Amino acid sequence: MRPGTGGTPAAEVWRRAREAMDGLPAGGLNIAHEAVDRHLGTEREDRTAIRWRGRSGGREDLTYHDLAELTARFANVLEGLGVERGDAVFSLSGRVPLLYVSALGTLKHRAVFSPLFAAFGPDPVRTRVRLGRGRVLVTTQAQYRRKVADLVGDLPTLEHVLLVDVDREAAPRGTQSLPALLEEASSRYRIGPTAPEDRALLHFTSGTTGTPKGAIHVHEAVVAHHATGRSALDLHDGDVFWCTADPGWVTGTSYGIVSPLTHGATLVVDEGELDAERWFSILRDERVAVWYTAPTAVRMLMRAGADVLPRGPLEDLRFVASVGEPLHAEAVTWGSDALGTPIHDNWWQTETGGIMIANAPGQEIRPGSMGRPLPGVEAVVLAVDEDGAIRRDATGEPEVCAPDRTGELALRAGWPSMFRGYLDQEDRYQRCFVGGWYRSGDLVRQDADGYLWFVGRGDDVIKSAGHLIGPFEVERVLLEHPAVVEAGVIGVPDPVAGEVVKAFVSLAAGRAPDDALRRELLGHARSRLGPAVAPRTIAFDQDLPKTRSGKIMRRLLGEPEALERPDPHPATDGGPP
Amino acid sequence: MTTLSEDEVRDLLARLLAEIAPEVDLADADQDGQLQEELGLDSMDFLNLMIGIHRETGIEVPERDYPALSSVDGALRYLTARSGPGSVAGTGEPG
Repeated sequence: MRPGTGGTPAAEVWRRAREAMDGLPAGGLNIAHEAVDRHLGTEREDRTAIRWRGRSGGREDLTYHDLAELTARFANVLEGLGVERGDAVFSLSGRVPLLYVSALGTLKHRAVFSPLFAAFGPDPVRTRVRLGRGRVLVTTQAQYRRKVADLVGDLPTLEHVLLVDVDREAAPRGTQSLPALLEEASSRYRIGPTAPEDRALLHFTSGTTGTPKGAIHVHEAVVAHHATGRSALDLHDGDVFWCTADPGWVTGTSYGIVSPLTHGATLVVDEGELDAERWFSILRDERVAVWYTAPTAVRMLMRAGADVLPRGPLEDLRFVASVGEPLHAEAVTWGSDALGTPIHDNWWQTETGGIMIANAPGQEIRPGSMGRPLPGVEAVVLAVDEDGAIRRDATGEPEVCAPDRTGELALRAGWPSMFRGYLDQEDRYQRCFVGGWYRSGDLVRQDADGYLWFVGRGDDVIKSAGHLIGPFEVERVLLEHPAVVEAGVIGVPDPVAGEVVKAFVSLAAGRAPDDALRRELLGHARSRLGPAVAPRTIAFDQDLPKTRSGKIMRRLLGEPEALERPDPHPATDGGPP
Repeated sequence: MTTLSEDEVRDLLARLLAEIAPEVDLADADQDGQLQEELGLDSMDFLNLMIGIHRETGIEVPERDYPALSSVDGALRYLTARSGPGSVAGTGEPG
């Protein structure tokens, strides 16, 4: 699948968006150039690009000039380490300035940047670095000690571990001090020729079965990052912008790094975790104009109550948006009361690379709806049959649902930030497309005015705090515990996170289902997977519902019917595993 | 409400953490360091800890006081003070 070049209205939107790019002096398109270097020699050069607030009160401001120099140094460090075009550079770090420098410096060097979420345990880290054939890992002392040091022998491609928070003398054996390397490196770096289709970013996302999928994005994605920053988030030159997502997730990269910088915005980066009073003070003190956050965060702020709300209006706050899961109608209204502006929900995925559907600036908000397709995005609701297959009409084309009927959200393939593959899984990639449409896996309905409403996932993937969690990855770790013979993992509703992970396990003969074992299993899963992926609760069930072929039927787990099912093998389910 | 001693608060935290994050050992944490960072807890874990404290002691920790409980020492100080004589659970005012 390649971006469309035809003369459709969508193609025209993206053609114009490409014209807004600067391009490399020698031709080509590079994300880091569009985000950083293109501002050199303009009035934006001395503007603050990144305004960092440390967890315990530290502050650091980097201008576009500073960022250009630091990312040049990082690119030179990679050069010095022998990292080549297309090699993978991973990060595993909290939100510190050098994480941002590493991301953009990697792109400058035309290597591929793959960010990992700092709350991942050692298992997700190992799986992803192995799959992505990471050559370099940028991380912190604590992360290295806790999660990486024991894995190194198991990661044959990993040659260099660069620590962001250690000086040369203190770097543990097998690691290097990134600050020391940066200091020695030249601050001048000329970005080499970069084709728009060159790989730039590798974001892992979870599927129902098997290993995580590494979604490949290319430098041309910056066209959509920039355009949707305006069309969905109302980003303008000079805005102060705060995206609360961690760069370990795609939102924190596309909109937490790239998009705002291409607009010459000042990017607020907060190292701390969610804390209502702190967050309101950041909105006020940093004079944030555009804020992009998530429903889980909004719900936590709503819980915090009126006594932590900002005193007086947030005068600079112009636009607020949310992504990750549907934003309930009360939250939209709460935004108007507490923040002085309603919250604009929007929708996209790791695979889409950028916002596709939005309650856009200047348009009517339908509370509870994800909004309408952005310019350049053609969306339809495709009819699906009971086993999830797309229905075909008489001519063999995918059948489009009538308004208000539930079906699978699909997008006309070919927008610039569309993923270009799942790493080493071409079949899985091809299965995402039907008749020129990208299948999102999300079930939606569309009202007569074109607004789309999320109904549910078409598969068993769990959406917790806006992040996708593959049940298989969790089940596998539980099954590695000697007491567990079967495991089924689902998402259960949670007032804050939307869904939280719950595991149902069957025990080996002779093991008693008591609290001590439950805690042992929880601890086992958490130390392997990290809190972001591990179950929050574990239930014992010696009779998990299964298909005739023996597959656990996740959708029946935890349901009352599952407990009193009259027929454990209903005839409608079955077939090969 | 009876006054909680530091040992009782420490026991309470250990008991709650054994439910929420059984893999951690409170004794491993730097008593002054950031609890979440030291023990590898995320925001949901911290929220569940606050819910557990409320369930077990009746002390409702308002969100604006969360920073006061961000280290083991801070949590000990806060909870012993909040459970002390003259304090009213749920006012958000330590001591």
